[in-house]
Amino acid sequence: MSDLISAEAKTWIGRSAEPVRIEISRRDIVKYSIATEQQQQKYLDGDEAPAMFMFGALRPVVPMDQLGPDGIAAETFLPPLPLKRVMAGGTEMQFHRPVKPGDVLIATKSLHDLIAKQGKSGPLIFVVTKLRVETEGGELVLEEQQTRIFR
Amino acid sequence: MSAINISDLAVGQALPERSHTATNVSLFLYNAAIWNPHRIHYDEPYTTKVEKHPGVVIDGPLQGDWLNQAVVNWMGDGATLTNFNYSNRRASYLGETLTSGGAITAVDTGSGTVDLEIFIKNEAGDVITPGTAKVRFS
Repeated sequence: MSDLISAEAKTWIGRSAEPVRIEISRRDIVKYSIATEQQQQKYLDGDEAPAMFMFGALRPVVPMDQLGPDGIAAETFLPPLPLKRVMAGGTEMQFHRPVKPGDVLIATKSLHDLIAKQGKSGPLIFVVTKLRVETEGGELVLEEQQTRIFR
Repeated sequence: MSAINISDLAVGQALPERSHTATNVSLFLYNAAIWNPHRIHYDEPYTTKVEKHPGVVIDGPLQGDWLNQAVVNWMGDGATLTNFNYSNRRASYLGETLTSGGAITAVDTGSGTVDLEIFIKNEAGDVITPGTAKVRFS
C-alpha cells in the first residue's frame, strides 16, 4: 500500500499553496443566496454570507485555456498520484466569525495528509487538505478540512 | 423566527424538514455563482455520454448548503453555528426532489451547545448526504 504514495508525493505533506486574497461583494452574496434558495433576509440582502458561500468564493478563476474539455480547471496544488479519478470525501468546517460584504479575506490551503487504503474495488488514496481563512488583519474567520478520495 | 431556548431542547427532537427540487435554471445559477464550469451540471448529452451519469448532476456542495440551511433556519439569530460537517455519499440527478432534515443528538446546557445529526434524503428515503453540526445558544 505504502508504495502508492511516492517519496516525492510525501514531501507535499505540510506544504501550503500561495494564499488567495478575496474581496467579498454584497452582489456576489446576493447571487449565491438566490441560487441556493436561502430563506433568511440577511443572506438574501447580502448583509451576511451563508456559511457555504466561501466554498464558491474560493473556487479557481483561471483563463479559459486552462479549462479542460470537461470544463474543470487543472488542479495545480496536488502532489503526483498514481490514481486519477476523484470522489468527494467529507468536509469539516469550523466557523469563527461571519463573512460580510467589504471583508478582505486571505485564504491559505495546505496539504495536511496523504493516506493509502485498500478499498473493495482497488487501491485508494485519501488526500486531506486544510483551509484557513483570515481577515487581512489576521482575525480567524473559518477553518475547513476536506478529504478527497482518489481511486 | 421565535428564539429557541436551549432548556426546551431534548435529544431526539427533529428539525423541520424542507424539500428542494433543483431546476435547470437554479442549477445553472448556482454553478455560475460558484464559478463552476464542470459540464456535468448543465450539459446533459456530455454528462450522459461522456461521464456516463444517468442525468445532469446536482452539485454535492449545493446539498451541503441545503444541509447548512436546515440548521441555520432552525436555530435562528439567537444562536451560532460553530461546527458543520458533511459528506456526499451518493450522487443525485436533476429531476429528483431532495429533503433536508435532522435531529438533536446532544444537549449541553452547561456549555450552551447542541449537537445535531443532519441529512439530505432522496425520494427513496436514502440518506445521500449525511452531516453533523454543533450550535451554540447564548
